[in-house]
Amino acid sequence: MKYFHLVWSALMRRKTRTLFTMFSVLAAFLLFGMLDSVRTSFADAGHSVSGAHQLITMSKLGLGNQLPLSLQSRLEAVPGLTAVARVSWFGGIYQDPKNFFPNEAVSANYFAVQDAVVLPPDQLKAFQSTRDGAVVGATLAKRFGWKVGQQIPLEATIWPQKDGSNTWTFKLVGIFHARDASEKSIEGVMFFRWKYFDEARQFAQGSVGWYQTRVANPEHADQVATAIDALSKNSDHETKTVTANAFTASFISQLANIGLIVGAIMAAVFFTLILLTGNTMAQAVRERIPELAVLKTIGFSNRSVLLLVLAEAVLLVVIGGVAGMLLAAGVVGGLKAALGSQLPMAPVGGSIWGEALILMILIGVVVGVLPALRGMRLKIVDALAGR
Amino acid sequence: MNKFLLGLLLVVVLIVCLVVWSLLPWYGAVAAAVLLALWLALTATGRRTLSVTGVGLATLRSRWGASSVIVIGIAGVVGVLVAMLAMGEGLQATLQGTGSADTAIVIRAGSQVESNSVLMHSDAVLIGQQPGVARDATGHPIASPEVLLAVSLPKNNGQDANLSVRGVGEEAWAVRPNVKIIAGRKFTPGTLELDVGKGVMAQFKGMAIGSDLQLGSQKWKIVGEFDSGDAFNSEIWADASTIGPVFHRGSSLSSVTVRLTSPSAFTVFKAALATNPQLKVDAETTHQYFADQAGGINKLIRWLGTTIAIIMAIGAIFGALNSMYAAVATRAREIATLRAVGFQGTPVVASVLLETMLLALAGGVLGAFVAWAVFGHFTASTSAGGGFSFTQMIFQFRVTPALLWTGIKWALAIGFIGGLFPAVRAARLPVTTALREL
Repeated sequence: MKYFHLVWSALMRRKTRTLFTMFSVLAAFLLFGMLDSVRTSFADAGHSVSGAHQLITMSKLGLGNQLPLSLQSRLEAVPGLTAVARVSWFGGIYQDPKNFFPNEAVSANYFAVQDAVVLPPDQLKAFQSTRDGAVVGATLAKRFGWKVGQQIPLEATIWPQKDGSNTWTFKLVGIFHARDASEKSIEGVMFFRWKYFDEARQFAQGSVGWYQTRVANPEHADQVATAIDALSKNSDHETKTVTANAFTASFISQLANIGLIVGAIMAAVFFTLILLTGNTMAQAVRERIPELAVLKTIGFSNRSVLLLVLAEAVLLVVIGGVAGMLLAAGVVGGLKAALGSQLPMAPVGGSIWGEALILMILIGVVVGVLPALRGMRLKIVDALAGR
Repeated sequence: MNKFLLGLLLVVVLIVCLVVWSLLPWYGAVAAAVLLALWLALTATGRRTLSVTGVGLATLRSRWGASSVIVIGIAGVVGVLVAMLAMGEGLQATLQGTGSADTAIVIRAGSQVESNSVLMHSDAVLIGQQPGVARDATGHPIASPEVLLAVSLPKNNGQDANLSVRGVGEEAWAVRPNVKIIAGRKFTPGTLELDVGKGVMAQFKGMAIGSDLQLGSQKWKIVGEFDSGDAFNSEIWADASTIGPVFHRGSSLSSVTVRLTSPSAFTVFKAALATNPQLKVDAETTHQYFADQAGGINKLIRWLGTTIAIIMAIGAIFGALNSMYAAVATRAREIATLRAVGFQGTPVVASVLLETMLLALAGGVLGAFVAWAVFGHFTASTSAGGGFSFTQMIFQFRVTPALLWTGIKWALAIGFIGGLFPAVRAARLPVTTALREL
C-alpha cells in the first residue's frame, strides 16, 4: 500500500494510453456483466427453493400427451406427498398472438402446491369458490391494465368449447405476487379453474396435462418420484416424474445451451483483451526500463520491482473492470425497469461481481507477469546504459 | 478553440463515412477500392501516399505486438458477429426453406400451429374435395391427412428433448416431393416401423437403421432415413393409423396438407373452406405457415449478435487507437522529416489510415475465416417447434458470403475509426518539436 503512489504514477505516465486500455477493459467487463446476468438468470431458474418442493408428473411419452383423471386418487395415496394438483396447458390468446403469456387450468388446491406465489386469503377463497374464476400475476395484470372483477376473454388454440366456439371468458378474482424476487417470472402467468375448463371443453374430458404435487421433504423427492412412476409402470399411461426444478432446467437446456454460447463469446473477448492489455503493459515497461533500473539502484529488491509491475497491471484491469461492471449493473437494472421482469437477466449481484473480480485479478496477473519478470531480471548496468 | 472545431469536424466526417459505408453494397465498395487504387497509382499525391505507406508497412515487423492487437482484436469482433448472425440465418433459412406456394396446410380454426390442432377423419375427406386441390392420375385428391405428436427422447448428450413424430399416409410423400429416402426404405403401412429425419438421426441417441425405439408400450423399428433439407429433418415419420392410438389420439388428425392445382388456386381453396359450414378450419400455403413460425427469432438473434459485436468493437477501437498512436509516436521524427522536405498533410493522413485499414482487413478476413471454419457445418437445435410441445428444431449454421462480407465491412469500419484520429495527429505534428523529440 505504501507504494501505491508509485504504481499510480506509473499508470499516469501516459494518460491517454492508460485511459484507452481501460476503455477496452471496460467494454469487455460490460459484456461479461450483461452476458453473465443472462446466464445466471437461466441457471437460477432450475434452482429455486419452491421448485425443489414440487414434483411434476407427466406422460412418459412427453409433455403434451394427456394423463387420466383416475391417477389423482392413486397419487393422493402415495406417502410423502402433501398435496396433489391437476394442471392443463390452455395456450389461450388474448387479443393478438403477439400477446403471448402462459395460461393454465389448475385445480382449486393448486396454490397448496405452488408456493412460489403469494395470493391474499380472500382472493384465494374467491378463486376456489368462483366457477369461472381466474387469477393472474402482478406483471401480467399491469401489462394489460387488468383489475379484479373484470372479465377476460381468451381465444383457445387447443381447446374449443362444447359448441365449437374458441372464446372463453374468465372472471378475474385475484392478483398474486412472487414470494421471492428470483421467481418473478411466475407473475406473467394466468391460472383459472380446471373443473370449469374440463366441463366446458369439447373433447378429452377427464384428461389431465400433468400433475403437480408437493413433497413433505425435498430430500426424499427422488424416492417419491420413483414411487409415483411405479404406479403406472407397464400401463398404457406410463408417467415420468421430476422435480419442478429439473423440469425447468430441462426446458431451458432444450431452448439452447446458453452456458456454452456465453462461454464461447467471453473466451473470444478475454483472449483479445489479454493480448491488448498485455501489449500495453509490455510497452509501458519497455519505455520505463531505465526508471526501473534507478529503483533497483536505490535499493528496491528484485521482488519489489516484480510486485510493482504486477500491481500496476492488476490495478489497470481492476479499474477498467469495475467501471465496466458498474455500467453493466446499471444497464441491466435499466433494461429490467424498461422491459419488465420477464427479461431473462438476473440483477448483477454478489456472485457475478465475485466472478468478475476473480477474472480481473487473474487477467491482471497474466498480462503483468511477463513484463514484470523482464523488470525483475534487468541488469542495472545494462539498463542504465540503454543496452 | 481551433482544436475543438477540428475534433468536431472529424466526428462529423466519421459519422457520415460510417453511415455511407453501412449502406454501401458490395459493388459500391469494389468501386471505392478501384478509385482508391487509381488515385494511388496515377496522381502525384497518391504515389507519395503509397511510398509513405510502404515505409510504414516495412516497419510493421518491429512493432508486431501492437499490430497484432489490431488484427486479433478485430478478428474477435468479426468472428463473434459472423457466428451469431450465422445462427440466426441458419434457423431462418430452415423454416423459410420449408414448404411451397403450391401446397397448403389446413388446421383447426384458431389453433395457430399444427401441434395444437385437432381435426376429425371426416374433416380430412371434406378438405380433399374442395376446389383447387390437385388430383392424381386415378382422380383421387392429393391430400395428406397427418397427426403431429411430441415424444420425449434422449439426445446424444443424454438429456431428454421433445421430438416431433408425424403420423402420415402414402400421400405425405406425394405432397412433399423434396422428402427423399437416403438410406433404408419407407415404412410399411400398418406395421411398427419408422423413418427418421436426417437431423434427428444425427442429434438423438441410439438412432440407426435397424435399431429399435421404445415409444409408449411398444417397440418400433427404424427402417429408413430421409432428408428433406428443411424442417422435416427434425421429425420422425410413422404410419398415422398405427401411431395415433399409441398416443391416445385414436384416429384424430392434426392437419391436412394438400397439393394445389397451381399457386393461384390457393385463394379459391381458402374461400371454399371459409364458406363451408361443415368445416371450422384455417388454411395457409405451407411456405407462409413455416415462414410465420420463424417469426421474430432471427430478428432477436440478429439484435443480440449486433449488440454484443458493438460492445466488442468499442473495445477493439480503443486497442487500435492505442496501437496507432504509438506507431505515429515512434515514427514522429520520420513523419516530421517528410513534412520538412515538402510532403503535404494528405499523404501522411492517408498512409496512416491505409496502414490501419490493411491491418483491420487482415483481422476481418481472419475472423471471418475462423467463423466459417468452426461454424460452417455446425449443427444446433432449439425448441422452436411452436405450440406447447416445444419440439426440437434442428438446423445448420449458415455462414453465407453475405455474412462474411458484413464481417469484413465491420472490420474496415473499426479500422477506419481506429486509424483516423492517429492519422490526423500525425499530419498535425508541429515539425520543429517533432524533429527535436527523442
